[in-house]
Amino acid sequence: MHILLNTLYLMTPRTLVRLDHETVKIEVEGELKMQIPLHHLGSIVCFGDVTLTTPLIMRCAEDKRLIVFHDQHGRFKARVEGPVSGNVFLRHAQHEALSDSKKTTAIARNIVAGKIRNTRQVVLRGAREADNEDDRKALQETARELAHGLDALSRSPDLEQIRGIEGNAARHYFATLDRMVRVNREAFKITHRNRRPPLDRMNALLSYIYALLLNDCLSAAEGVGLDPQIGYLHVLRSGRPALALDLMEEFRAILADRLALTLVNRRQIDERDFVERPGGAVHINDNARKEIAIAYQKRKQEEVLHPVLNRKVPLGLVPHIQARLLARVLRGDAEEYLPFMYR
Amino acid sequence: MESTILPGWDDRDIVMVSALEHYAYCPRQCALIHVEQTFTENMYTLKGRFVHNLVDVECGEMEGGVHIERALPIWSLRLGLIGKADVVEFHGNIPYPVEYKHGPKRKHQHDDLQVCAQAMCLEEMTGKQVPRGAIYHHSSHRRREVTFDSYLREQVEAAIIRIRMMQRSNILPPPAADERCRECSLQDSCLPQIKEKGRLRMLLCELFKPEGDT
Repeated sequence: MHILLNTLYLMTPRTLVRLDHETVKIEVEGELKMQIPLHHLGSIVCFGDVTLTTPLIMRCAEDKRLIVFHDQHGRFKARVEGPVSGNVFLRHAQHEALSDSKKTTAIARNIVAGKIRNTRQVVLRGAREADNEDDRKALQETARELAHGLDALSRSPDLEQIRGIEGNAARHYFATLDRMVRVNREAFKITHRNRRPPLDRMNALLSYIYALLLNDCLSAAEGVGLDPQIGYLHVLRSGRPALALDLMEEFRAILADRLALTLVNRRQIDERDFVERPGGAVHINDNARKEIAIAYQKRKQEEVLHPVLNRKVPLGLVPHIQARLLARVLRGDAEEYLPFMYR
Repeated sequence: MESTILPGWDDRDIVMVSALEHYAYCPRQCALIHVEQTFTENMYTLKGRFVHNLVDVECGEMEGGVHIERALPIWSLRLGLIGKADVVEFHGNIPYPVEYKHGPKRKHQHDDLQVCAQAMCLEEMTGKQVPRGAIYHHSSHRRREVTFDSYLREQVEAAIIRIRMMQRSNILPPPAADERCRECSLQDSCLPQIKEKGRLRMLLCELFKPEGDT
């Protein structure tokens, strides 16, 4: 965990990025657009036709600075990693925990509790700010459902049951998510979560922000030496970053969903930012992607109180802190995993 | 499992010279670096690295009639110790280790152990007695001479044994959670707060209790 890690998002086609001593220079068609001291950057995320020079790539790999490549639609393509290093004992403990159902169930349960709790904070805020009684009531009802979920969770000894409680809570939540949309409600209707491809604008918006968040959770896991594919709440599957997905659960509502709602409610995003493809898939256009990525970075700089550390930290650093806390639990250095509790 | 680094030793038992300073500062810090391989940079370590970059280029040269070796690999078969000395001056043919520090931040003891361990390596490597060395403080451009008496040498040997036991057991000692933490570069990896069990238990209870209902 370094100072505050900033992510450089490169989205302009035909961008060339190179290392000049300790500075990163960004050029578009031969023209210098920006230069940033390397030590200000925590990771570099590229979309589409962007070129990084080899010295820059090697230096980032050496410093464990994450580089990710996406295609122009935001689909993940590649990640640059340096030599495997760090803590083999931690990774070993992470694998061993898979056969310790008591330990993994406890971790998964607390992750889901964190997720439901933080989701509930977002819903309660929505209820407080609701414009009409209908919306308020619907959101309060969702908050009650989420409270039941939390209660059931505290007594649930079984991983499948925990996953069921999570699914149930998510269903209730997405059924009333658009009650928190205050403008353009018709355009941003959502009844349930869908993806691959997203079938409405709100789902497209969420999918995109979740992809940004997932990258951050991946880099948090790798940053502390955890294997991002070995998770406990999420079932293992080839190519699936199960642990990064586990880590992400606590942050979906407070970081991603809340940001999506704000962007819509402040009219920073409207229906013109989306393209509907034949058959129903919905895409976000390039300009809006840029706008959203910038807003996401800003949101990560907002300070929040971390209950375990008992001090204020930028929201963007919290996934790193949580990855560290999880690593401590896996190594037997801390008793139980405490998810981030947003207030 | 004989070491490929130091003949006669098991890799797990080999101690880095730099670990002595870390251990003297805080055993958990030492374990984080040497067992868990965490390294987090803060301003102090960055400054330290900058100062080290000035000296961390392997080479030998003559300066004012004194032969100087920079970034010299050092080791001791007897102690199972390996490392690198920032600067070793040869006074006549007597090695004189100089350890570079970025500031007067740390208490003497930690630096002294490290430079004394360097001297003990150099003695074994050259067959010469190494009675003295120095700490060079980059911020004040001052040298402080350290005499390697028998007391300091005993402390080095005792610390090596404790570090070796820690490396073997592969367990992190508990956090110090005191004033040392304030300037520690590994605070965010260490999480000294996890020592406060009462608070953690309280938070855990809260986790499943819905709050802020309207």
